[in-house]
Amino acid sequence: MLDRSVDPVIRVQGLCNRFGSQVVHDDLNMEVRQNEIFGVVGGSGTGKSVLLRSILGLRDPDGGTVELYGRDVKSLASADRSSLVQSYGVTFQNGALISSLTVAQNIQLPLLEHYSLSEKTLDELAQLNLALVGLEPEAGAKFPSQLSGGMIKRAALARALALEPKLLFLDEPTAGLDPISAAAFDELMLYLHSQLRLTIVMITHDLDSLFRTCSRVGVIVDKHMISDTLDGLLENPHPWIHSYFHGPRARAAGKEIHG
Amino acid sequence: MTASLALEPEGGGWQLQLRGDWSLAAIVQIEAQLKSLPATLHGSMLCDWSQAEAPGIGPAWVLLRQLADIDPQPPVLLHTGGPPDFLQLLQKLQPDRRAPDRMHAPPRTLRGLIGKLGRWSVLQGRHARGVLDFLGRIASVIGQAFSRPRGWRVSSLARHVYETGITAIPIVSLIAFLISVIVAYLGAQQLARFGADIFVVDLVTIAVLREMGVLLTAIILAGRSGSAFAAEIGVMQLNEETDALRAMGMNPIEMLVVPRVLALIIVLPLLTVIADAMGLAGGGLLSLINLHIPLPQFTTRLRESLGPTTFWAGLIKAPVFAALIGMVGTYRGMQVRDSARELGRLTTVAVVQSIFMVILADALFAVLFVQIGF
Repeated sequence: MLDRSVDPVIRVQGLCNRFGSQVVHDDLNMEVRQNEIFGVVGGSGTGKSVLLRSILGLRDPDGGTVELYGRDVKSLASADRSSLVQSYGVTFQNGALISSLTVAQNIQLPLLEHYSLSEKTLDELAQLNLALVGLEPEAGAKFPSQLSGGMIKRAALARALALEPKLLFLDEPTAGLDPISAAAFDELMLYLHSQLRLTIVMITHDLDSLFRTCSRVGVIVDKHMISDTLDGLLENPHPWIHSYFHGPRARAAGKEIHG
Repeated sequence: MTASLALEPEGGGWQLQLRGDWSLAAIVQIEAQLKSLPATLHGSMLCDWSQAEAPGIGPAWVLLRQLADIDPQPPVLLHTGGPPDFLQLLQKLQPDRRAPDRMHAPPRTLRGLIGKLGRWSVLQGRHARGVLDFLGRIASVIGQAFSRPRGWRVSSLARHVYETGITAIPIVSLIAFLISVIVAYLGAQQLARFGADIFVVDLVTIAVLREMGVLLTAIILAGRSGSAFAAEIGVMQLNEETDALRAMGMNPIEMLVVPRVLALIIVLPLLTVIADAMGLAGGGLLSLINLHIPLPQFTTRLRESLGPTTFWAGLIKAPVFAALIGMVGTYRGMQVRDSARELGRLTTVAVVQSIFMVILADALFAVLFVQIGF
């Protein structure tokens, strides 16, 4: 089970984010523990992506602290920051593969940046990452514009895995996939999670995916986050959470899992 | 501790002792160490992971691949000393020796080169047809707009007139002013040697009105608006916005291309007039300060040097240049497909080509004007 003595991988405290007069997050707290799959849900416009960007340091929050592995992201010197960046992998909603590079080159890009390796080794590592996410070697020669939606998601995951991070951020990994591909992606995530001992933070709207993969879920409501296990959230009386987990779609998704 | 590996004979086979940091961070040292492994080896092999620190999946994979290449392959490969969990996963992935080759495009051959040449030729032919097609579509949209006033897209036109014209006034004025000051200054140096200072006025008037006013304005707009047209339409292409317009029964040429081209045709002559005025003002100012020609004398001389066609010879070229810049920019934008690199390439092409076309057209005008004595 979860080891509570270990410090959380991510600790967000008192996070505030504002756009002009519009307050997105107000005193938001969040903790992600070692080796769990943490889902982030919330209505449209509740700032799920803003939260992700704040954690990754892509956006300076208007207040509060973000700690990764117990270190405050903002106060890090640039050298430490670069080593911190290497310790996590991110996939963006639309893949964000570099469109002028092939998939293999996309995977090799972070490796090339950090290590000087022979072409043979680079190719082998690219092949490994392609195989890990279930892509054929031929996919490596293709450009992102030649890939289907599901392949883009997998290729983006392969690139995120290239530096062997222990922490993975996935922004809507199954959005836009057909149910079969989405289910396959869920299995892939669980597989990598158990094999590589990854901690995964996943923003998702996909209830099937949520029920299948997540050990805990954080719901952004009223500018705060309520984190609990799925069972706990199913009991939660908050009206938005209740309608989220007891709507017709949620019932269908939950039924299959819990039988 | 840096990564190392030692191969020692043990029993009838070999033992491979892995020591030190075997994480991805040490991949460079590991790669160097792996080179020391022999290419041929007989007997079984035992891989001892007990002293490998934080083994990473990448280094382990590279090691397995290297061991798989040993000839003849060690019949048995065993792992001891608490091998990492993912080793089973790696062994399932089945190293495929040809995989790295399959990951790259096939190498260049003579046949491939000839094929490339052929494809290039066909592409050029298609481009030529595409340009004609594009011109035809623009003409048909404009033609239809005469019987259908909505087709003029007045609000869009107004936006582009503002963006390409009004906001360009400061830079066009400044550059026209400065260039004509420079021409007057350098001209004065030469003409002063003949005591012909007053001809600076003729020089400035004719140079600015006939050539420089319109040419400079056109080149500034090619850099400023031609690139903006290509980039804006190009991003819309990448976002499938143009496809969305088509799917909603709207014509991207009518919505995106014609307003921009028309706006430029409206704006460039007007900017040329401003550039002309600023150029003459620059010449006048320099004459006053440097040559001590008072303003009334300057304007009198200016009027004398003006032929009936001097001003119009410049201005008449403006709409032609505008149409060239607008169409090249929008056409290149519509060509963008697939990638951010294409967008950058075609934006560059748009600017370079439109400046080239403007100068080519200017040369043709020069010849034409001399021939007809305009």
